[in-house]
Amino acid sequence: MDPELPPVERTVSTEEALESIERARSWRERLVEAVTGSEIWRSVIRHGNPALRRNRSLAVVGNFFLHLHPPTVTRQALKFPHTWYMGGISFLLFLVLTVTGTLLMFYYVPDVGRAYEDMKDLQFAVSFGPLLRNMHRWAAHGMVVTVILHMIRVFFTGSYKPPRQFNWVIGVGLLILTLLMSFTGYLLPWDQLALWAITVGANMAAATPLIGHQGPFHELVGVQADSDIRFLLLGGTQVGQNALIRFYVLHCILLPLVAVLFIGVHFWRVRKDSGISNTR
Amino acid sequence: MLDLELDDQSDRRPPSHWESMKRRAFTLTGIGSLVAVAIAWTAGLVRYMFPRIRYEPPTRFVAGFPESYRPGEVDTKWQKDHRVWIVRRGDGIYAILANCTHLGCTPSWFGDERLFKCPCHGSNFTQVGDPVAGPAPSPLYRVSLSIGPDGQLIVDKAIQENRPGHRDRPPFRLTLDGNSRGDVPA
Repeated sequence: MDPELPPVERTVSTEEALESIERARSWRERLVEAVTGSEIWRSVIRHGNPALRRNRSLAVVGNFFLHLHPPTVTRQALKFPHTWYMGGISFLLFLVLTVTGTLLMFYYVPDVGRAYEDMKDLQFAVSFGPLLRNMHRWAAHGMVVTVILHMIRVFFTGSYKPPRQFNWVIGVGLLILTLLMSFTGYLLPWDQLALWAITVGANMAAATPLIGHQGPFHELVGVQADSDIRFLLLGGTQVGQNALIRFYVLHCILLPLVAVLFIGVHFWRVRKDSGISNTR
Repeated sequence: MLDLELDDQSDRRPPSHWESMKRRAFTLTGIGSLVAVAIAWTAGLVRYMFPRIRYEPPTRFVAGFPESYRPGEVDTKWQKDHRVWIVRRGDGIYAILANCTHLGCTPSWFGDERLFKCPCHGSNFTQVGDPVAGPAPSPLYRVSLSIGPDGQLIVDKAIQENRPGHRDRPPFRLTLDGNSRGDVPA
């Protein structure tokens, strides 16, 4: 034994040492370990210490949203004249429309006796109702403009050319969906403007060849005012309760669902066709 | 290779102290603005979800003169519209909420048995609202009664009480002694 050191007063077993270390840990350390060590936490935070480059790249590769996004965006592609940012702005407006539209659904009932009053309640009696309604309205008008500008940009930059033809077709589908969502939303305030706009719009459907009762060759199919495509759209021969609930379901559920699907494919195709504004 | 593409950044000088402070201020301002907007939106949306107009009967309603209710009887005429029974018993009058304390069904008054009976799970309540059978854990709630300036009863369902003792004091039980406004003939 080294005479320089003081004598050992008491020996400590390994178990005792571990226990005293455990006692010394603060409640905060134990709480952090209980939370971050739990099965649920580790199922969500999947990639370990982000200080390691490997873990950071795993977190990027394993992310669903980044998987839709192109892996690289060139400095060139971020210049304003190359894209006008119109696709991104259209998507942002779509998100705004989804959020505000969902919130408006909490107060709006698609009933011919209530729809107009509910819309007026949102304008005058519901807290922040005017804000949400106006955001929905202006974002809807804006999205029609930005989607068309996006299409013009894609045409001018020749981005519809091979290998991007399929994405152009998807994009045309999205333009039509945007216009249909605008058209179906137009009826929902149930005022004079809405009623006559949809009356006029639905009458155009009556002029469809073969399946519209005023269209060319309708005699061949034999459709009449109560059996043609306009009747199917309105659920009747004039704009009434059936038309209102049909347009409501199309506007709030069916068309947005299809649009989300198309948008997902649209973004994924951008990645597959070697990214935004990338000619290589 | 990847390194070649990053070459154009390799000869950059590191940011000066002032530049990095400016960057930090810019970043913090940006994050702070986002957080502020998020808080404002959350607060606004919580407010949005509390309607200022409700399409339901008001919680307060005028229920006629106290003397129009027969002594010893349970009056069920407000049950359909307002879910309230008016009971005149002894020298007092009170209003019971027709809402079973088990799971919220509407019991019915059986005059011959002197019991409120709930159709859902068979809870029975006495005329004062105490549970005597079935799963109901607590007495029926009484709601606030007051006499308006014209002598008519005013029921307010927003104010409720079911504890014995408390429920027998105004406004959950009014004493009709013949001297109060809305005189009851002897």
